[in-house]
Amino acid sequence: MSARGAGGWLKTYAVVYLAFLYGPVLLLPIFAFNDSTIISFPLKGFTTKWFEQLVNNPVLQGAVGNSLYVAISAASISTILGIFAARASARFDFPAKRGIMGFIMLPLVLPEIIIAVALLVILIQLGLDLSLSTVILGHVLVCTPFSIAILSSAFQNLDRSLEEASLDLGETRLGTFFRVTLPLVAPGVISSLLISFTISLDEFIIAFFLTGTEPTLPVYIWSQLRFTAKLPSVMALGFLLLVLSLVLLLAAEYFRRRAITRTGAQGAATGGLM
Amino acid sequence: MTETTTGPDSGRPIIELDRVEKRFGPVIALDGVSGGIRAGEFFSLLGPSGCGKTTLLRMIAGFDEPTSGSIMLDGKPMAGVPANHRPTNMVFQSYAIFPHLNVAENVAYGLKRLRLDKAEMNRRVTEALDMVDLAGYGERASHALSGGQRQRVALARALVLRPKVLLLDEPLSALDKKLREQMQVELRHLQRAVGITFILVTHDQEEALTMSDRIAVMFDGKIAQLASPEELYRRPVNRRVASFIGVMNFLEAQLVSGEGDQLSLDVAALGRVDVPRSQAPGGTNGGHISVGIRPEMLTILLEDSDRSPREVEGVISDANYYGDLTYYEVQLPGTEALATVTMRNTAGRRILREGMKARVGWSPEAIVVLE
Repeated sequence: MSARGAGGWLKTYAVVYLAFLYGPVLLLPIFAFNDSTIISFPLKGFTTKWFEQLVNNPVLQGAVGNSLYVAISAASISTILGIFAARASARFDFPAKRGIMGFIMLPLVLPEIIIAVALLVILIQLGLDLSLSTVILGHVLVCTPFSIAILSSAFQNLDRSLEEASLDLGETRLGTFFRVTLPLVAPGVISSLLISFTISLDEFIIAFFLTGTEPTLPVYIWSQLRFTAKLPSVMALGFLLLVLSLVLLLAAEYFRRRAITRTGAQGAATGGLM
Repeated sequence: MTETTTGPDSGRPIIELDRVEKRFGPVIALDGVSGGIRAGEFFSLLGPSGCGKTTLLRMIAGFDEPTSGSIMLDGKPMAGVPANHRPTNMVFQSYAIFPHLNVAENVAYGLKRLRLDKAEMNRRVTEALDMVDLAGYGERASHALSGGQRQRVALARALVLRPKVLLLDEPLSALDKKLREQMQVELRHLQRAVGITFILVTHDQEEALTMSDRIAVMFDGKIAQLASPEELYRRPVNRRVASFIGVMNFLEAQLVSGEGDQLSLDVAALGRVDVPRSQAPGGTNGGHISVGIRPEMLTILLEDSDRSPREVEGVISDANYYGDLTYYEVQLPGTEALATVTMRNTAGRRILREGMKARVGWSPEAIVVLE
């Protein structure tokens, strides 16, 4: 009896939890299509003009372009660095390995504002101009630990004898990497790319500190929040970003599942988003 | 199939080990192993886990380098030669089938680097799959294979490259008993057919005995005995080898005299026994020694048979009936250990029960003298 009572409470808890988590998100599409500049109930009517405003806004489109450029660069660089680090830590033992890996993973828990301020000070001292490149630099620093965490599990689950078998069959080390290792950790690589991309895309603090005259999307959105008249179109923009995130997440899951059916049971443990 | 046209008896060494030593930090995995493996033979490295057999195999394959000593393969020193440049191929314990490739792509993996034309490549892949009874399986996804089939793919993938030596790392340990016994026979046939030197690592003495031309028994990083299966079974050099291979009864003994080719022993329960020196393959260091007798070399005499000087009366302390055989544990006078006697249950033979008296017959030829 007591077990059923506890179960009932847990059900209520789960429903309330999900409502808090997704309730605000559900407001995005509602107000994105609401025909009023004021974000409040009751709703006034259906409109798509906020989306039209987005399309006709060259500054916004510039910001989207900047964000895509930064996110794709940061995701690629951090994934490549992640492959190196994850492979090294999974395959080799070297002095102070745990310490080195610990320092690499540190940005995961370090407040972003500290990283942002520290980078800004150094860049100014070095006399470098702030630009999208400096934002990419900061994002790589933040994304790399995530890439390593995802790729480490992929590399650790890789049966070492597969690489040895490839060497044994006459393939070189480099050839083995491209013909055996990389295809088998591909689900991890795709996961890493998508996660890093998502992190970089919505990262605000570092981008705000390190961006020059070209804002990324979050920085642009923040600058628009001061104008109440622009709020509905920010909602519309948020709705689009939500859809994009969902598509990315589903894509990551699709690739992961396809990899599992292709590689059998061994692929099941190579990490994924869901 | 191979350049090696000579049989296993040619004696030409394909692999020569000279004082091979391997240390992992303070741990000595291999402690100065020397010996030769003949071209075309089925050779087994047999021993308990941790005896260094896998380490030795991996050094022959080129995955590890010896700390000292040398390995010669087909007359060439292998020091510094990486695995991908050695004329050896390996069947891994896990089979290491590439999960992202289908069966044919797995088999063709090593051929890709040889830059053969497409027709030749397909011909060799088909030939290799035929050889392991997997004809028509080329397009199968590798995860859709059973354990036995995975092993066949691993064999085909290694043999298609026509190596000088095929290395097998406990290839049968993942299979169930029935399949394992079937694969033992098939592996042996395959080895005969291709004539390539096979080196098998195993901890299963039965597997080594049924498949090998010669076996090296290893303990603690050393080869304890290198001999044919029959010699290993009949004439083990010491107690450890004797008890690792099959079942052996040990009896305490005193060396009375050891002049010329005859050894004169006073054996517990059996009394005075004279044996030729050839039945002491490990030599004797005099005084207190032990002798071994295999259970099937002892017999339980029928009650009405004539008395013989080569018999001793004991008491059955346990009888285990296996249908075709009965395993008796017999308490012999003058010794604490029980002697195991295996008897074939032929027509008319009575199965003795616990507590019954039994006349155990023996012969001097069945005895092996252990140090």
